[in-house]
Amino acid sequence: MKKLKYALFTGCTAKQSTPEQMMSTMAVARKLNIEMIELTEASCCGASHLQDYDDFLSLVLNARNIAYAEKHGLTMVTICNTCQLNTAMTKHRLDKNPELKARVNEKLAEVGLEYKGTSNVIHFLYAIIDDFGLDKIKEMVVKPLSQFNIAPFYGCHNIRPSELHDESHKQKENPYKPTSLDDLIIACGGKNVDYEEKTKCCGFHVELQAPHTAAVLTGTAIAGATDNNADMMVTPCPLCHLKLDTQTKSASEAIGREVSLPVLHMQQMVGLALGCTPAELGLKHHVTDVNFI
Amino acid sequence: MSTNTITTQKVNFKVFRFNADEDYLPYYENYTMDITSEEVVLDVLNRIKWDHDGSFSYRRSCRHGICGACAIKVNGRSTLACKESMTTMIEYFGNEITLEPLSTKRAIKDMIIDKGDFWDKHAAVTPYLVADIDECPSCENLVSPHDAEELDEADLCIQCGACHYACPVVDINHDFFGPAAFVAAYRFESDVRDSDGERLINVNEEKQGVWDCVKCFECAEVCPKDINPINKITKLHQMAFQRGVAKNNVATRHAVGFLHSIKKYGVLDEGGLVLYSEGAHIVKHIPVALQMFRKGKIVMPWNIVKSDKLDEIQKLIKSSSTVKF
Ligand code: SF4
Ligand code: SF4
Ligand code: SF4
Ligand code: FES
Repeated sequence: MKKLKYALFTGCTAKQSTPEQMMSTMAVARKLNIEMIELTEASCCGASHLQDYDDFLSLVLNARNIAYAEKHGLTMVTICNTCQLNTAMTKHRLDKNPELKARVNEKLAEVGLEYKGTSNVIHFLYAIIDDFGLDKIKEMVVKPLSQFNIAPFYGCHNIRPSELHDESHKQKENPYKPTSLDDLIIACGGKNVDYEEKTKCCGFHVELQAPHTAAVLTGTAIAGATDNNADMMVTPCPLCHLKLDTQTKSASEAIGREVSLPVLHMQQMVGLALGCTPAELGLKHHVTDVNFI
Repeated sequence: MSTNTITTQKVNFKVFRFNADEDYLPYYENYTMDITSEEVVLDVLNRIKWDHDGSFSYRRSCRHGICGACAIKVNGRSTLACKESMTTMIEYFGNEITLEPLSTKRAIKDMIIDKGDFWDKHAAVTPYLVADIDECPSCENLVSPHDAEELDEADLCIQCGACHYACPVVDINHDFFGPAAFVAAYRFESDVRDSDGERLINVNEEKQGVWDCVKCFECAEVCPKDINPINKITKLHQMAFQRGVAKNNVATRHAVGFLHSIKKYGVLDEGGLVLYSEGAHIVKHIPVALQMFRKGKIVMPWNIVKSDKLDEIQKLIKSSSTVKF
C-alpha cells in the first residue's frame, strides 16, 4: 500500500488539556506508517462558540486552515469531533455557495491565500477505516483487548448532522446505530458494549453556562456504560474525553450515584492493541486512572 | 430488478401500549406483519388498529406531512409516521422495530401524548407578528423575495414536536424553550415586518433561552421538514450580538472569549477562556483544575504555543469581523 500522508489539524485541546491525545495520535501514526504534516499555522476552529458570535469571521478563519492543507495538496485530518464539525461545515458551505466563497476569498487574498475546495476534511477515525482498513489493523494487533468490555462513546459532532458527515467519509454512518467505533473495538480484539447513551451528548459545550445539564448528561452516559458491564469507555472526541474523564465528581452528584470509568481516546485503544507502551500513549495524563494496565 | 417492483418482508413490531385511565405501567405488545416496500409507518399503525386491536390509539389527520399530528418514535428516533417509509426504517434498524410515543413519560394512550409543555413553550416566545400596521391599510405590506429568504424555511414548521422530544435538554432543564419554540421565535425575528423588541431578549435569557442548548444536533437530525432548528438557534445567538441586546453573562463571554484568545495566540487559551467567562466564579473550578494540573493537563499562558503566522490571523480578524461586543 502507498504510504498514507495527511495534513494534521490538531485543534487546541490536543496541545493543552489532553496532551495524551496528541501523543497517542503520533504513536499510532508511527505504527501505521502514516505521515502527518502538522498544520502549525492553523488557528482555533472556534469550537462552535465563535460561530455564535461572528459567523463570517469564523468562516474566514476555518477557510484559512483548510487553505493550508490545500497548499500541501493533502487531505486534512482532524482529531476532535467539534473541529471536524466546524471545519467540514465551513467546507460544505463554501463549496455549495460560490458567492460566499468569493467573499471569503476576498479576505484570504489579503494574506495571500485562497480557499479552493480541493482538500477533503476527515476525522482520523474515518481516515483509519476508509484509507487504512480495519482488516489491516486486525492483522497488526499484537496485544488484543480481548479481556475487556469496551463502551463506544461516539460524540455528537462526528455523527450529526449525518448529511454533512456523509460528504467526508465513504462509510455511511447511521446516526442512530453507528458502527465505526464498534468495529474498531472489535478489530482491536475487544468486546463492544451496546448501550443507549452511546450516541448521546456529553454536555461539554454548556459546561460553563448550564453546569447542571452538562453534569446530568455526563453522569447518565457513564452510568449507561457501567450498567451494561463496560470496563472502560472509548471516544474519538477529546472534548467528550475531558467531560467523561475529569468531571466524574459533578456528574455523580448530579445523578445521585457514584459513577466513574476509565476512558480511552480512540487512538490510545488502537495504540494499546498495536503494542505501544502506556508511556507513549500518555496514560498517566488521565484524571480517572486507567487502572487495568 | 425494476425500481417499481413491490417487495414484501416480515417485520417484528414491539409496540408501546398504555392507557392512563386503566394501567399503572406501560407494556409492550408484539405484532408480526408482512410489510411491503410501499408502506409508511402510519400504514403500520393503521393495520395494528384495523387488523389486531381496535383500541390502539394514535394521532393522525392529513396523511400528507402537513398537520404534524402523527410524530412518534421508531427505535428511539423521532419521525413523522405518515412520511417515513418502512423501507428506510428497515434499512436503518433491521427487522426488529419498536414503536413508541414521542415521549413515553407523557403518554396518555398508546402513541398519544400530552403535548402541553410543547404548546406552553411555543406560546411563550410570542409566536406571531408584532407590527404596527393600520387595520385597513391602503396597500399590501410587501415583503421582497430577498427579505423572505431570511426566514430560511422556519415558516415550514408544522409543530410536530419531533425535535422538541428528541432534545436532551428539554427533560433536564424544564425552563428550556426547546428547538421548535426557537424556530418559531426565529421565524418572526427574521421577518422584516416584525417590530417586537422583547422576543429576541426573551429567547436569549439564561436557562430558558438558546444559550442552554448543548449543540447536539439531535433536532437537525430528526426534523421531517429539514428546518435545521440548531441552525436557527445559532442565528438567534448572532442576532443578539448584531442588534446589541446580548447581555454580558457567562454564556456570551464564553463565545466572545474565543475571539480574544485567537487574537492573542491564534489558538485557544483554555484557562484564560474559563477565567474570562466566569470572572470571580472561577473559584468553583479550582478543585478540578488542581486535579488536571497534577496530571499535566494545564498549560500556563506563557507556555502556550502560538500559531505560526499569527500576524495573518490578526490581520484577518481586523478585516473580517462583523460584530462588536
Ligand atoms: S458529545 Fe458533547 S463534547 Fe462531544 S462532540 Fe458532542 S457536544 Fe461536543
Ligand atoms: S441542538 Fe440544542 S436544541 Fe437541538 S436537540 Fe440539541 S440541545 Fe436541543
Ligand atoms: S422544527 Fe421540524 S421537527 Fe421541530 S416541530 Fe417544526 S417541523 Fe417538527
Ligand atoms: S398525519 Fe398529518 S403530518 Fe402525518
